[in-house]
Amino acid sequence: MDINGWLQICLLFTLLLALTKPLGLYLYKVYETPQSFKILTSFEKRLFKLLSIEGEGQDWKSYASSLILFNILGIMVLFLIQTNQELLPLNPQNLAAVPWDLALNTAVSFVTHTNWQAYSGETSLSQFTQMVGLTWQNFCAAGTGLAVFLALARGFSHQSLTIIQRGTLGNFWVDLIKSILYVLLPLSVIFSLFLVSQGVIQNFSPTLTFTTLEGTQQSLAMGPVASQEAIKLLGTNGGGFFNANSAHPFENPTPLSNFFQMLALVLIPAALTYTYGKMTNDTKQGWSLLAAMVAMALMGAAFIYYYESQPNPLLNHLSVLQEGGNLEGKETRFGIAGSSLFANLATDTSGGSSNAMYDSFTPLGGMILLINMLLGEVVFGGVGVGLFGMLMFVVLSIFIAGLMVGRIPEYLGKKIEGKEVRFAVLYIALYPFLILLGTAWSVLAPFGLSSLQNPGAHGLSEILYAYTSAAQNNGSAFAGLNANTLWYNLTLALVMFLGRFGSIFLGLAIAGTMVNKKIVQASAGTFPSHGILFVCLLIGIILIVSALTYFPVLMLGPFTEHLYSMQGKMS
Amino acid sequence: MIEFKPQSNRGIILESLGLSLKRLNPVYLAKNPVMFVVFIGGSLTTLILIRDYFSSSLSQEPLWFTGSIAFWLWFTVLFSNAAEAIAEGKGKAHAFSLKALAQTTIARRVHDNGEEEFVPAIQLRRDDKIKILATEFIPADGEIIEGIASIDESAITGESAPVIRESESDMSSVIAGTRVLSNSLLIRITSNPGESFLDQMIHLVLAAKRQKTPNEIALQIFLIGLTLIFLIVCSTLIPFALYAKSNISLTIIVSLLVCLIPTTIGGLVSAIGISGIERALRKNILAMSGKAVETAGDIDVLLLDKTGTITLGNRMPVELIPGENVDVKDLAKALQLSSYADHTPEGRSILEFVVKKYGNFITEREIEKLTFIPFSAETRMSGCDIEGYSIRKGASSAIQKFAERKGLFIPPECTQIAEQIGRKGGTPLAVADSTRVLGIVYLKDIVKPGIRDRFQRLKAMGVHTIMITGDNFFTAQTIAEEAGVDTFLAEATPEHKLDRIRQEQAKGFLVAMTGDGTNDAPALAQADLGIAMASGTPAAKEAANMVDLDSNPTKILEIIEIGKQLLMTRGCLTTFSIASDVAKYFAIIPALFILSIPELDALNIMGLGSPYSAVLSAVIFNALIIVALIPLALKGVKYRPMGAKNLLARSLLIYGVGGILVPFGGIKIIDTILVYIGLV
Repeated sequence: MDINGWLQICLLFTLLLALTKPLGLYLYKVYETPQSFKILTSFEKRLFKLLSIEGEGQDWKSYASSLILFNILGIMVLFLIQTNQELLPLNPQNLAAVPWDLALNTAVSFVTHTNWQAYSGETSLSQFTQMVGLTWQNFCAAGTGLAVFLALARGFSHQSLTIIQRGTLGNFWVDLIKSILYVLLPLSVIFSLFLVSQGVIQNFSPTLTFTTLEGTQQSLAMGPVASQEAIKLLGTNGGGFFNANSAHPFENPTPLSNFFQMLALVLIPAALTYTYGKMTNDTKQGWSLLAAMVAMALMGAAFIYYYESQPNPLLNHLSVLQEGGNLEGKETRFGIAGSSLFANLATDTSGGSSNAMYDSFTPLGGMILLINMLLGEVVFGGVGVGLFGMLMFVVLSIFIAGLMVGRIPEYLGKKIEGKEVRFAVLYIALYPFLILLGTAWSVLAPFGLSSLQNPGAHGLSEILYAYTSAAQNNGSAFAGLNANTLWYNLTLALVMFLGRFGSIFLGLAIAGTMVNKKIVQASAGTFPSHGILFVCLLIGIILIVSALTYFPVLMLGPFTEHLYSMQGKMS
Repeated sequence: MIEFKPQSNRGIILESLGLSLKRLNPVYLAKNPVMFVVFIGGSLTTLILIRDYFSSSLSQEPLWFTGSIAFWLWFTVLFSNAAEAIAEGKGKAHAFSLKALAQTTIARRVHDNGEEEFVPAIQLRRDDKIKILATEFIPADGEIIEGIASIDESAITGESAPVIRESESDMSSVIAGTRVLSNSLLIRITSNPGESFLDQMIHLVLAAKRQKTPNEIALQIFLIGLTLIFLIVCSTLIPFALYAKSNISLTIIVSLLVCLIPTTIGGLVSAIGISGIERALRKNILAMSGKAVETAGDIDVLLLDKTGTITLGNRMPVELIPGENVDVKDLAKALQLSSYADHTPEGRSILEFVVKKYGNFITEREIEKLTFIPFSAETRMSGCDIEGYSIRKGASSAIQKFAERKGLFIPPECTQIAEQIGRKGGTPLAVADSTRVLGIVYLKDIVKPGIRDRFQRLKAMGVHTIMITGDNFFTAQTIAEEAGVDTFLAEATPEHKLDRIRQEQAKGFLVAMTGDGTNDAPALAQADLGIAMASGTPAAKEAANMVDLDSNPTKILEIIEIGKQLLMTRGCLTTFSIASDVAKYFAIIPALFILSIPELDALNIMGLGSPYSAVLSAVIFNALIIVALIPLALKGVKYRPMGAKNLLARSLLIYGVGGILVPFGGIKIIDTILVYIGLV
């Protein structure tokens, strides 16, 4: 650990805090004040007319069914593009059709915002598939995330005016289109230009073949990288153009590009907290949620940075210079700090990109990556869905805190009753169900174990990591596990689908019951959902719920591996 | 008279132990999913014990260990049942002692043709008429339709002084179990036996019949969710252990599961709900539903009548102000004479004040000659005539007319003083005799002693108080300031009350109000929490969702506290339950893998003796903590009127941080004992 590393971490968060308010305010204007962009209004009207979107408010069931319908269509289209890519244009390498199980896994993966990559980008997907199929879904998945957040925020902050006129959560199609047009596209254009300036490639050329200095032939994959890269990070998608993701010099060439890639990961999730504050008419609500996120992100970054700065005890008996720490699998142009912070943010958010090999992290460093995801992807989390998940924890925290101060719990003046608790608890229980069941099945069955390259505790971590990444829609991988098998392609696709739409369904159900509730005034006896105490409570609840759920498996996986490595053995 | 002996504490505990055993059946336990899981765990380990006993080749653990685990799991369920049964027993003891009085009574039913017949009280139906003579008990709740009587309500309120109940007044209702001391009454029964307040209340404390309140249901769902998560965690641990080449027994997995699921709160949640009602009952409050008690904790705004609640009910003199050239003693004497036969509360208090402050001025001889002129609404004066000489006291305008008629000089300063007193919110009474205007008596509403403190506590709890009074603005303002209420509503009519409640509710506040008159009924029904006085009319009581047997309107403070305590106890024990899981993990996980991954002994930070003692200690701690917390569940977590933040910080420190630390100590102690006695 050195001063430079800490400075980089501090600078990133300072810049993030400075950008939160302006971007958050912009988002608020985009979604909640229809008249703020006069020039665009007429264009918007014509576009909606063309798509025959009337834009009337939807209740939660209608909102949820529009959303799920749209996304299932997305899966089908993406599946068909992949399985027919040899017939489609922009395939300079003449790549063959993707096998059905891998295509299904990839389609679900990109639609569910996971971007789990069982394929290897440059060798199995054509430029058309990458650009039209994947990049399009990167926008739609992030847009869907923003939409569900908006629906939930409206559920908490709006209220029905009369009994007949029930409260609505807004219109999914309007939210989606606004997200893509006014938020994701402009930010992506700016960011791609910056990336190109740093040396990220953007072309349609086929793979180039060079003769290296040693005289051997080397192939360099080419393609429209910068455009996909921008939305990969801004939309917390994570699907890189290349298999090596942000470690690849054509995706992430310089320390500066690395710094801004990290910022891009957390930019929109952080700004949304301010938007949420504006929507609830109390910016303190948003700042408190951001404080909880920043605190947990800093904790994670500090832990990883610390563990990765330690030498690998397994190499102690060799005469290897380990002064810098655990550099295996890391790019020297980013160093320990740049890799640790990137890994931390990529698992905090559902970004799931990587600029280092997570499989080579120290056991405890890798455990923090796992924990970041196991917390429920609420430390920033995915675009929209991160805050969405955080609000589920808020509902539970308020439920317990409300009881402890002797009042029937209420959040933003709305009573939290049986129904909301039921959906919130199911939301929380959904993830252990998917993660633990998937992992348990895989470590029992021969078709699960056959993909393992590392036995023992590390093998358990690898499988656990795969199901965690899928269920939480993160998409990063511990590698070391051959995930392109029928078993993993199908089960992970199912886990991704349920992890994404199961949680969205439950959260929207809460929005639906909350929006029709009467707002009760706060009094001196009400526990405020902002301030230091609330932030501490929220962090405490998130940590303890996750800790109690995953303690045994984390002890058997990464922690046991750590204990072994301290004794200088692998298993 | 029937003497009813309330059951002793020991009796209740003995009876509840029997009940706990009886309720050890799955159908009853299914209502409480957390304990149901423990029940299944107990059954499973018992089956394993039986299997191991007969075919020891199959056993993974020694018999004594499986046996001990099974034993303690059964006790966990038993302790939870006992907690509920004790709460139920206490509540029932209180309610039945009140009810027993009514049920054994024989009632004299009066038919429309005037015939009378004797029937057991239990056969009475609504709208029956009964006659009750002096010294008899009132067999059922009812309304007096004829007569006036003094009634001993001590059996219910504990207050020894008898109260007067009269037909066609706001004091016309009588409660089952009270006794008529004088005169006879004709009563119309207002409730069928089984529907009276007491019966309602008994239903609320009977565990088997009790309806869960909305908040209890929400908590239950939360606990089921946690149980579900831990079921997933524990069942997937078996494959993980197999992967780690470790063979773990079902007994230990069941032990881990039972330790993790929220048994502490799950085992006590029913007892907490029942004892909330029981605490209300102990304060002589009858709640119509458990929900009403919960709502009480949430009250934001409280509407209170001024008279009788905030003030003593009648005005008291505080000062005599003689006119110019009038000796204060002359004024005092005139007041004493005019008030001697005046039996109104004002008259009594003036007489008392004058005699106490200025001494006695009148002789026996004078008293004999006294002719008392009572107060009338037309003259708005009262007084006396003595040997052709008149003394009058009354509203200053009335005395002014009297003086003008008699041709007396009206000193301007008297008019000024009267106006000043009026502006200060007091009542000026002028006094004149046949020759001159003597001066002014300053009467004031006296705020009940101690009421200010109670309002301050309400304020600290976050409750906004509104005083309702028919008085004018100035009077109301003075009293409001003196008593420390937040707002007041002057010159109010019952409609104003109703409107005000609606206004506050529209703003999103939960409103409580106390009332006793029939004209309060709509407001009581509209309020989120309507508390009727036992002395009130049946209409008021029917509209309300609580009845205060002591008819003490400031008892709202206790009611709010009971409501808050109920919720706090649930919250705090839930927090404790979750927090205590941390220590149990540290006890059980290293024990589970001691053979396959001995390195994990690094987690055995408590230094527990052996894997068996570690698991057993955690299970025993888990069972005993329920017993240890029964008193807290029954008494409720202490509520302190402080801001929500401070309250939460305090509770989090005690039950959250404490919940993490205490089990570490507890499990270590149990382990040490187990090792010491050589069991493991």
